[in-house]
Amino acid sequence: MIKLYKNLTKREVLYAIICILLIVVQVWLELTIPDYMSEITQLVQTEGSKMADILREGTYMVGCALASLVCSIIVGYFAARVASSFSATIRKKIFDKVEKMGIAEIKKFSTSSLITRTTNDVTQVEMLIGMGLQAFIKAPIMAIWAIMKILNKGLEWSILTACCVAFLLFVVGTLMAVVLPRFRKVQKLIDRINSVMRENLTGIRVIRAFNAEKYQSNKFKDVNDELTNMQMFNQRCFSVMNPVMNIIMQGLTLGIYIIGAFLIQEAGMLDKITLFSNMVVFSSYGIQVILSFLMLALIFMMVPRAQISAQRICEVLDEKISILDGDFDGQTDEVGTVEFKNVSFKYPDADDYILKNISFKVNRGETIAFIGSTGSGKSTLINLVPRFYDATEGEVLVDGVDVKDYTQEALHNKLGYVPQKAVMFTGTVASNVSYGDNGREEITRKKIEEAVEVAQASDFVLKMDKKYDSHIARGGTNVSGGQKQRLAIARAIARDPEIYIFDDSFSALDYKTDAVLRKELKKYTKNATSMIVAQRIGTIINADKIIVLDEGECVGIGTHKELLKNCPIYKEIALSQLSKEELEDA
Amino acid sequence: MPRPGGPGVQEKSKDFKNSMIRLLSNLKPWKIIMIVALILAMISAILALVAPDKLSVLTDTITAGISPDVDKIYEIGELIDSNLGEEGKQQFAICEGMVPEIDKDSTIALGACSQLNKSLEVIEVDGVVISVDDQIKFLELVSEMGDETGTKKALGLIDELPDSIYQLVKPSINMNKIKSISLLMIGLYLVSALFSFIQGFALTTVSNRFANKLRNSISAKVNKLPLRYFDSHEIGDVLSRVTNDVDMVAQNLNNSLATLVSSITLFLGSIFMMFVTNWIMAITAILSSILGFILMFAIMSKSQKYFNQRQEALGEMNGYIEEMYSGHNVVKAYNGEKEAMKEFMTLNNELYRTNKKSQFLSGLMHPIMGFIGNFGYVMVCIVGALLTMNDVISFGVIVAFMIYVRLFTNPLSQIAQAMSGLQSTAAASERVFEFLDEKEMSDQRDMKKRLNKSQVKGAIEFKNVKFGYDAGRTIIKNFSVSVKPGQKIAIVGPTGAGKTTMVNLLMKFYEINNGQILIDGVSTSELTRENVHEMFIMVLQDTWLFEGTIRENIKFNKEDVTDREIWEALRTVGVDHFVKTLPGGLDYVISDNDTISQGQKQLLTIARGMVADAPFLILDEATSNVDTRTEELVQKAMDKLTEGRTSFIIAHRLSTIKNADLILVMNEGNIIEQGNHEELMKQGGFYEKLYNSQFEKIG
Repeated sequence: MIKLYKNLTKREVLYAIICILLIVVQVWLELTIPDYMSEITQLVQTEGSKMADILREGTYMVGCALASLVCSIIVGYFAARVASSFSATIRKKIFDKVEKMGIAEIKKFSTSSLITRTTNDVTQVEMLIGMGLQAFIKAPIMAIWAIMKILNKGLEWSILTACCVAFLLFVVGTLMAVVLPRFRKVQKLIDRINSVMRENLTGIRVIRAFNAEKYQSNKFKDVNDELTNMQMFNQRCFSVMNPVMNIIMQGLTLGIYIIGAFLIQEAGMLDKITLFSNMVVFSSYGIQVILSFLMLALIFMMVPRAQISAQRICEVLDEKISILDGDFDGQTDEVGTVEFKNVSFKYPDADDYILKNISFKVNRGETIAFIGSTGSGKSTLINLVPRFYDATEGEVLVDGVDVKDYTQEALHNKLGYVPQKAVMFTGTVASNVSYGDNGREEITRKKIEEAVEVAQASDFVLKMDKKYDSHIARGGTNVSGGQKQRLAIARAIARDPEIYIFDDSFSALDYKTDAVLRKELKKYTKNATSMIVAQRIGTIINADKIIVLDEGECVGIGTHKELLKNCPIYKEIALSQLSKEELEDA
Repeated sequence: MPRPGGPGVQEKSKDFKNSMIRLLSNLKPWKIIMIVALILAMISAILALVAPDKLSVLTDTITAGISPDVDKIYEIGELIDSNLGEEGKQQFAICEGMVPEIDKDSTIALGACSQLNKSLEVIEVDGVVISVDDQIKFLELVSEMGDETGTKKALGLIDELPDSIYQLVKPSINMNKIKSISLLMIGLYLVSALFSFIQGFALTTVSNRFANKLRNSISAKVNKLPLRYFDSHEIGDVLSRVTNDVDMVAQNLNNSLATLVSSITLFLGSIFMMFVTNWIMAITAILSSILGFILMFAIMSKSQKYFNQRQEALGEMNGYIEEMYSGHNVVKAYNGEKEAMKEFMTLNNELYRTNKKSQFLSGLMHPIMGFIGNFGYVMVCIVGALLTMNDVISFGVIVAFMIYVRLFTNPLSQIAQAMSGLQSTAAASERVFEFLDEKEMSDQRDMKKRLNKSQVKGAIEFKNVKFGYDAGRTIIKNFSVSVKPGQKIAIVGPTGAGKTTMVNLLMKFYEINNGQILIDGVSTSELTRENVHEMFIMVLQDTWLFEGTIRENIKFNKEDVTDREIWEALRTVGVDHFVKTLPGGLDYVISDNDTISQGQKQLLTIARGMVADAPFLILDEATSNVDTRTEELVQKAMDKLTEGRTSFIIAHRLSTIKNADLILVMNEGNIIEQGNHEELMKQGGFYEKLYNSQFEKIG
């Protein structure tokens, strides 16, 4: 956690120091107040005191209170500033880091975990700073100072206060020991109840079809009862807290008075008044001591949470980025070629290779397709081109240059990538299609319309209420899966790349749309190279070159006809989808 | 679960009053406990108010024991004076050297002293004998004291009084009274703590049971809602009602209600007590706090505004990050990083701005409260001192007021907090009740007709069926077809053509608008939904398995299924070997991120269908994301399943389409062509184009 705080800027540290100094002043002021209180008490008590004296002391006390208020306002201001600018910095750093990460790193953390790390975890740490700068520093100073003030004012009272503090710590400690582990369980049960409910909702058709409503709601009820009982236990434990705290504080005051009565009774006339005013003062300092310890205990409950969050943030910031930029700016003589030279790939920690010794070359204007069963490595292979991963061995060349030598920006300017799962951003149809930067001029409206047309998306886009300016909701939830996929393809087309990469981008489309789209695309981009990963034979039947992958190895290269003759695995795949006559027809 | 508008946004309820009434009426089963708890909270607050009064009596008792008995001193003084007589007084003055012309050590003085000793007599006050020496000592001290009464010097001199007199006048605290008050206070504190504990315990119990009930009613409601609801609402929305909203209702209800009751009691009670004790002091305390309160409420409303803005900014930031992180590959491949960073910084700055302001302002509350407390204290002391000097009140009253001031200022901020807590409770409960109020499926208690699935032959007929999802838009217009037992019907069409509509109608997930669907000649409108469901096996594209063992997933809700039958089904679909390799076999627990592939999951759902067994079959053939070898297995299993059953197949395979007895071609929600393969090819319509598009040469 300390490591994370090294991210504080000089100015923030300065503010923090100012805060600390002001807090010391504030504590001094706050502890002076009871002195004035006792002075006032004594004056009120003693007959014959002058009103002017009381007024004077009263003014001092209000002055102290006011000064303390001003201090805490300033401290509050700086603390808020430091905490929020610190968290803004950390958030930016995390975001920046994630932007630089490769897919491997993102997968390692998982997207949802990265999101919580960027927001919730940062908020946790921020809260500790905000609170910490005030309470965390103030509580111990207050406690020590207050203890010093009362130590020489009466041994008996001090012992009583110490007992109260010990009892307080005992209660809080026991409570934590009992409740904390159960808190974690509650969290798990909440996840569980969520997952059962999610199950009920996603499977609603199946559940109804099997008349299993009762079965599922019983399951829900069990988890619900378990959660309720666990949560109830925790909260019941906590309902002890409040009364006990009150008892401690009230008991302390009362105890001080009772002890005081005995002491005063025994004392000589001259000491009685002093004792009495000491007693009044002690009762207020004693409460301060208790409150300080209570605050400390609460902060100690917060620290572990923030600690975990800080760790999670550091993990992200410390993650080594595996994909580093080259410095080649992308000016090549060769255009539209992709070549794999003896490429092998495995994940850093894995034993087995996902791709083994793959070599091929595709030239400008050609279409190359990859087919194979799940896990055969076809997606991984195609992901090596935009450098989502780097080849473990061998070289991937684009336009004759190793992809590692390009700046990523220059490399990506040559590519038009369409992922398996279409990604939509909040905005409009147009902003989604013209997304990003291709290193050339901005994408014009005409280009957008052409791209949408080619991607077979114009019929539904034109039916939307504002056509190209229609709103796309977060995650593209207001368009269907097939529509999203077509817009994602339009996005690649609008980019006007040398090389298209389709990572299984056609499977959400029906045969007809699939076929027409590919036909139009071919017409529109005669000179562009296409790399297609596909499941369906129909999608790739016309490719110039088909590469058949099986468990990471290339088991066949050629056209559809050639492969049917000499690649048994290809034939097997083909026959599972089309009948013999149909294969021959095609 | 993020809900639209971002998580945790403090929402204002639409109709606070009615929501609260509705909420409270739902708490009826716990009415008595709640009333008792709230009464206890009130009593506990009242006890907390009585305590300062007792503390003031305690202080007064102690104070009373500090001052010496001045009246006694005067009494003794007068007695000695009269004992002395006029002559004696003169002699005393001479003896003490108080007469200017006579030196203290002169013989005259010494003579006077001895004379004084003789002329005085021993006196008795309250049964205590005061010797002559003591009397002289007393006189000496009194003369030394002179006019200084009540000062420190005077108090010091009292300590020097001869023992006999000292015993008479020395201050003494009434220890018996102290004891009895202390005991009373300990009793008060303990009872108050006990009540507050019982109250907390009871309300916790109620709120958790209430949350439990709400969750169960949501779960029950899910089963009663028509599918239409789920097709038009997001899962996340319902989920967030089950967890976030219910939690919000329960937690806030628990905290706010008790706080509100006890704070209001404290607040009104402390005002009452202050006025009863002393009205001048009461007005002083209230006036000196009022300015602070105004300031506080001004700040609070402001900070609430920034807090809401902050939550909004946080929500937007969350949404944006989610988009960027999950679309990371596209952002990278399209060089969108700079743009992303720019947008992020705008959001981040907005968050920083609102964060800073809301934190600062909300942090002000506490110090201001502290100041009000101190200021009130001083004011009470000053006015109190004035009043004490004029003997209007005793010191104990001031002590009591010191505490009243605190008791009076604290509850207001708590009331404010509790009110905003109740606001969120109302907003959350509105969402829960809104869900519980959704229109349920039609009542079917009167349906007495029942088909026995083992005797159904498997004929189905659509007779002039009309259907539309929206009232104004009919998508299936007057559709009629008759299917004989054992026939195979393929449903084909481009994406989004409405193929699931057929499933919805066959399964009676949606009610048809007009016409009839007849099973073995019996209209489904006369049959309960459960009865219709019974007669179908449904295997859909999204392989739905739940967290549980393989056995539970295959058996599902069907009881008395033996392991043998399960293995039989697994063998038929060809997944028995795979299940055997799993640790625990049938007891293997399927969880979310599992190694079980999509294809294997699909096979398991087919096995589940087999175990269920029914005369009709609905099958979605799509096997995307399944590797080709598993796909073959899946297809074989599907073919097995269709044997001997009247099957409706959402077709993706040419082989299925070609040998189907009937093909229904759908487009834009409607059934546009029907017939078998040859007939449809001959027609040369939509189907022919659709079929041929697969083989089209490019270029």
